[in-house]
Amino acid sequence: MKNDILNQSASQKSTEPPLSVRDLWVEYQIERGMVKAVRGVAFDLRKGESLSLIGESGCGKTTLGLALIRLLVKAATIRQGQIIYRRDGRTIDVLALKERDMRYFRWRECAMVFQSALNAFNPVLRIWDQIYDTVRAHGGMSKDQARESALRLLSYVQLDPARVIDAYPHELSGGMRQRVLLAMSLLLDPQILILDEPTTALDILTQRTILDLMGRLKAEIGFSMIFISHDLSIAAELADRVATMYAGSIVELGPVNDIFYRPAHPYTLGLIRAVPTVTGEFEDLVSIPGSPPDLIDLPSGCTFHPRCPYATDHCREEEPVLALYEEDHAVACFHSDQVRREADVMWKRHDDHQAGETG
Amino acid sequence: MTEYLIETRNLTRTFGSRREKVTAVDNVSLGIREGEVVCLVGESGCGKTTTGKMIAGLLQPTGGQVLYRGRDVWAQDKAGFKDYRLGVQIIHQDPYASLNPSHTVCQILSAPLLHHGLATDHQQARERAAELLGIVDLTPVEDLLTKYPHQLSGGQRQRVSVARAITVNPSFIVADEAVSMVDVSIRVGLLNMLSRLKEELGVTFLFITHDLAVAKFFAWEGRIAVMYVGSLVEVASTPQLVNDPLHPYSKALLAAVPEADPLLTRHKERVQLRSQDIPSLLDLPSGCRFHPRCPFFEEGLCDVEWPALIPVGDGRYIACHKAAQG
Repeated sequence: MKNDILNQSASQKSTEPPLSVRDLWVEYQIERGMVKAVRGVAFDLRKGESLSLIGESGCGKTTLGLALIRLLVKAATIRQGQIIYRRDGRTIDVLALKERDMRYFRWRECAMVFQSALNAFNPVLRIWDQIYDTVRAHGGMSKDQARESALRLLSYVQLDPARVIDAYPHELSGGMRQRVLLAMSLLLDPQILILDEPTTALDILTQRTILDLMGRLKAEIGFSMIFISHDLSIAAELADRVATMYAGSIVELGPVNDIFYRPAHPYTLGLIRAVPTVTGEFEDLVSIPGSPPDLIDLPSGCTFHPRCPYATDHCREEEPVLALYEEDHAVACFHSDQVRREADVMWKRHDDHQAGETG
Repeated sequence: MTEYLIETRNLTRTFGSRREKVTAVDNVSLGIREGEVVCLVGESGCGKTTTGKMIAGLLQPTGGQVLYRGRDVWAQDKAGFKDYRLGVQIIHQDPYASLNPSHTVCQILSAPLLHHGLATDHQQARERAAELLGIVDLTPVEDLLTKYPHQLSGGQRQRVSVARAITVNPSFIVADEAVSMVDVSIRVGLLNMLSRLKEELGVTFLFITHDLAVAKFFAWEGRIAVMYVGSLVEVASTPQLVNDPLHPYSKALLAAVPEADPLLTRHKERVQLRSQDIPSLLDLPSGCRFHPRCPFFEEGLCDVEWPALIPVGDGRYIACHKAAQG
């Protein structure tokens, strides 16, 4: 039964990115002023890749995720930009879709799993009723088909389908609920999956089973994923590419190993230096001075300059744009060479230390 | 006098009615020496916060004892109890909920000073409050004293919580997930500040966390105690525990933690558990509580007899039949 999932993905061969975002701006109008939550974001989500959005709370990563499926709250406006979706030769301009068509787009083309699996379910409905509600809202399946797919997917995410499908949410543990959500998100065979902090509220051992499951889903089903996480280790674990977000903008975007071992933006480097590892040896931790900026009253020039050790007058006056620094690795910084040298020194020290430990 | 500043002996806490009883903390015995840092790690619901609250005197044990400088804290007179409550302070997890929103930073810090007679009047309390803000690296001091909690960032609030904890010059601080709600970029700064307090003020710490990486970073020279479903399963020095865990649960935890290093995290050896289910406190497994999940499970031993926490040399303790056999 698992095979039909696999075959579908094999038939979707094309090199065009399933999702292209261009110059996207999202703002929230609140009493105090205009919150610029997403500022000029542009990226492609490639076929079958997992892209991780990392950044601290309030950097706009969840807003960006919600904007992609137009689920923003009323106070938010998509000021400008383009979101282009492609599947099997079809091209959809997401921002031009009518609300009715949007419902079909969500879940069938692009599904989102929200933060906190505990609150994503209606507590008085059985799992099956919630699944069937979803199918009815987004269309495309008969009741029998839906039940059959649901049972199949529940066992695919290593749950006992007969027990879980008639259970109430409170009868399931956090890890089980998260797995039910993953199964539900796959129900209508979307091409893109957006996961907002997929493992944040889970315990370490439960988190491990979910991470392993997501790795397996990605390898076997081959859809494209966007992970939103403040936790660098989730990106290190699952991402093919990583985008660092700061104050509403993507400031660095590149392959996971480049981002971790050869970062060229001072904020990415700062995050990596601030996070301890358990089994690694590197312990020369430094925190980033200051705190993230107020999105209503952003600093002039580069938004990171008040916290950046490399800041010059140039940074205070002009905001750097995200541009290719080397192949497949884009950075928005005037001092990337300097940052890169610092990163090389950091990892060299780390490697020397490890060599000393093992040798 | 004992060698420990704080010691728990068979510390136990049950909750609930006669009909349905839950033992959140079961027979926890742990001694903490003056100047030491001990990290209590475990997953949510394992009883680490309940243990911390009992050690800080916020919750009375239903069994066992907490000893402060060798004296049972719940069996002593009023003056002795007050002395202990001043000596042991707690920093709570959520800096958004633990500060009174209608009080300024100055009022928050002055209240304990005036109440305990550590300042004679408001002017003196204000001066001391300013000094405390300096100690926790909150500047500009004068500006911050007049602020309300909602005007501060999460990191700043947590520093105010720390400043409040040290108003009464405690010798022991229970820090319950004190950095978990703070953004990663400022977490290390907060941890370094706490380490500095340890050095400069000679404070002893019980640091409660679910994050092994934070435990390792903060308590590299101290010890880690691993808790599972209400009991301690392993106590060892931090380097021992991180590099060579003995208890199967500690091994599983270390193997399961994702690391912020792609090559390291993708090449980690995994420990396969026999089950993913965390036991319910209402229906605990017989024998060793980890046995339904443990990959080293031995029938007739692990599911029958509860392993006690025993010394295995090198200052280490484990509660496991199999690991104790070697």
